[in-house]
Amino acid sequence: MIVFDKPKALTDAPLHYCPGCTHGIIHRLVAEAIDNLNIGGETIGVASVGCSVFTYNYFNVDMVQAAHGRAPAVATGVKRADPSKIVFTYQGDGDLASIGMAETVHAAARGENITVIFVNNAIYGMTGGQMAPTSLPGQVTQTSPYGRDTNTVGFPVKVCELLSTLDGAGYIERVAVNNVKNVKNAKKAIEKAFRNQVEGKGFSLIEVVSTCPTNWGKTPQGALEWLEENMLPYYPLGVYKDKFAKEAAK
Amino acid sequence: MADKILMKGNEALAEAAIMAGCRHYFGYPITPQTEVAAYMAKRMPKIGGVFLQAESEIAAINMVIGAAAAGKRAMTSSSSPGISLKSEGISYMAGCDLPALIVNVQRGGPGLGGIQPSQSDYFQATCGGGHGDFHLLVLAPSSVQEMADLVAKGFDLAEKYRMPCMLLADGTMGQMMEPVSLEEAKVEAHDKSWALTGTKNERRPNIINSLALQPNELEQWNEERFKRYEIVKENEQMAESYLMDDAEYCVVAFGIAARVSQNAVDAARAKGIKVGMIRPITLWPFPEKVLKAAAEKCKAFLSVELNMGQMIKDVKLAIDCKKPVDLCYRTGGMIPSPEEVLSAIEKMQKEGK
Amino acid sequence: MSTTEVLIAGFGGQGILFAGKFLAYAALLQGRNVSWLPSYGPEMRGGTANCSIILSDVQVGSPIVSKPDILIAMNLPSLDKYEKEAKPGASIFVDSSLIGRKVERDDVNVYYIPATQMSTDNGLETLANMILLGAVIDKTQVIPEDMIRPALEKVVSARHAWLLEKNIEAMNLGKNYKE
Repeated sequence: MIVFDKPKALTDAPLHYCPGCTHGIIHRLVAEAIDNLNIGGETIGVASVGCSVFTYNYFNVDMVQAAHGRAPAVATGVKRADPSKIVFTYQGDGDLASIGMAETVHAAARGENITVIFVNNAIYGMTGGQMAPTSLPGQVTQTSPYGRDTNTVGFPVKVCELLSTLDGAGYIERVAVNNVKNVKNAKKAIEKAFRNQVEGKGFSLIEVVSTCPTNWGKTPQGALEWLEENMLPYYPLGVYKDKFAKEAAK
Repeated sequence: MADKILMKGNEALAEAAIMAGCRHYFGYPITPQTEVAAYMAKRMPKIGGVFLQAESEIAAINMVIGAAAAGKRAMTSSSSPGISLKSEGISYMAGCDLPALIVNVQRGGPGLGGIQPSQSDYFQATCGGGHGDFHLLVLAPSSVQEMADLVAKGFDLAEKYRMPCMLLADGTMGQMMEPVSLEEAKVEAHDKSWALTGTKNERRPNIINSLALQPNELEQWNEERFKRYEIVKENEQMAESYLMDDAEYCVVAFGIAARVSQNAVDAARAKGIKVGMIRPITLWPFPEKVLKAAAEKCKAFLSVELNMGQMIKDVKLAIDCKKPVDLCYRTGGMIPSPEEVLSAIEKMQKEGK
Repeated sequence: MSTTEVLIAGFGGQGILFAGKFLAYAALLQGRNVSWLPSYGPEMRGGTANCSIILSDVQVGSPIVSKPDILIAMNLPSLDKYEKEAKPGASIFVDSSLIGRKVERDDVNVYYIPATQMSTDNGLETLANMILLGAVIDKTQVIPEDMIRPALEKVVSARHAWLLEKNIEAMNLGKNYKE
């Protein structure tokens, strides 16, 4: 008998996310990975600042809430304090790729044995829809009301491409959760990112291209379509780096 | 007692931290505290500890947050501009009730300032330093021996009261060598059931967090924290009194300023001036009790500082402005000479008569 | 009951801090109180360096030497800067191979020792500092002679143990130098 059940690694707290937001799916995939690897009792999560700040209420594991952008540094401290624990961060694009860029890059460069879940929806959600480091050229936001002008504010940051140049980074993959096929891929990738850590391999980051219907001004369905038409061409899905697979092949 | 050896203050405090059970140090180079990081880099790998040079002071303090959240004795060290960068993390640490040790080997400011000794981060340290309603425990050593002794004390107080502790030193304390006797500190076991150690699927998750969007909830957290601060104020004030028994005038100075002032007090005594000195060892909680008592019998006070006059405000508050309080200061990395302090004592005596 | 304040000043790289540390250890081994405070700055080599050492039978107050009882000047800028600060009756030791002028004050004891020249003449390059210290100890008894070897053992690392005899040789040169 197949029973559709809530993962043990999620609490009963109702999610506060907007209708059509994909955070809920991503939370579930992270929780399923934790359950499948049977590591919930040894996992410590690091919440970031932004819409996902309340992850400490949703994941049924020990959690610490980090300052804006600092989650990889906090995770480093936790992991170095007890390397037997499984430590992950859950961060948005403003947190990870803007204010926390230094912490992100250096955790990857050190090959810190942690798992980073990076949710990229090309906008600051919690503060009400400002331009993010990953907002697309021409994208209208509260702080780019005439569309992101690349002449004055430059171009979006492609995190997977950037990090894959670092020798320390182990496993870097970009996934999406806009359809069933992509959700299945995302599930595999996230679980692999955790398994890498369990096996002591090193730094894994999964970028999940995600939606923000509210701040994009779309319906939930419209947001998924916008993601497919605009986000995915700019942020192609795929494995950007898998140092561990290469090492295994040797 | 262990044999005395000559050590730099920076190295003595580092070794003292190891002896106090600290195995997690996260830092970033900055003059004049870099010896702490270098010492830890050498020692930690040999004793199974963690030394990590972070990408910035901001990252370093957040690594301390992580290790402290996991229940470990963790520390970082820096000097003034670096402490400003750490202030964000220090505020989070206070908001999360996390114990840890932060060392500030002060240099002149503001801005990039200079690299010579200073006490101009007094306000920053004693008023919390970051955003929000909070305090740090602030300990001010005035010898290399105290650089070492106050480390174990600092860790102990931090864990006892679940609050970050700052060792507020200065460039001379960090750079100078004096004989020091290092002894294995007795590590008090404090409750750490709040630490993140994994639920083992046996308990509800521990959550370490400073966010409360409901103002009444945040108000309650702050009120409770300040109740704890009141206990700290009541129990933990530390100061050293020097020649205060018959003193008619009182110098107040900490750290290197106290060392210089001691010479001046001796010189003034030789001239027949009945002056003594109160040296605060805890800057927060400020040693109000001993100052209040001194205000009953002293005619005037003199605050000696390596800044434009910061501690003087706490001196005035402590004695309810009952007696005049003069200021003797140098700033920018300059240190007053004993002669300058002596002149200030003589001036105080003339005015106080 | 006595306190001696020593100031050693010169260029970075002349062994100013090492000489100071040696004196400090000698006093420590006697059970005296002592402080050692270096100048610190952005220069690693070539810049000015000085070191305050206070040896005392009582607790040391300020570790900063502003009025030395003993001044060791290893370059001209240091003599220019600190000559006027020395206490009346102080002893000033001048490396006369690097400093061309004479001390102008007449209320101090002055010793001219061509320490740098002597160090190269005797194959003891880099030990001009210890040649000067040999003279200082002989003239001032700032530390007793029998503390020389134990103090050196504290400051010369085991890895450089062969340098210990060189240091003693240098100090003997300074001790026996006649102007």
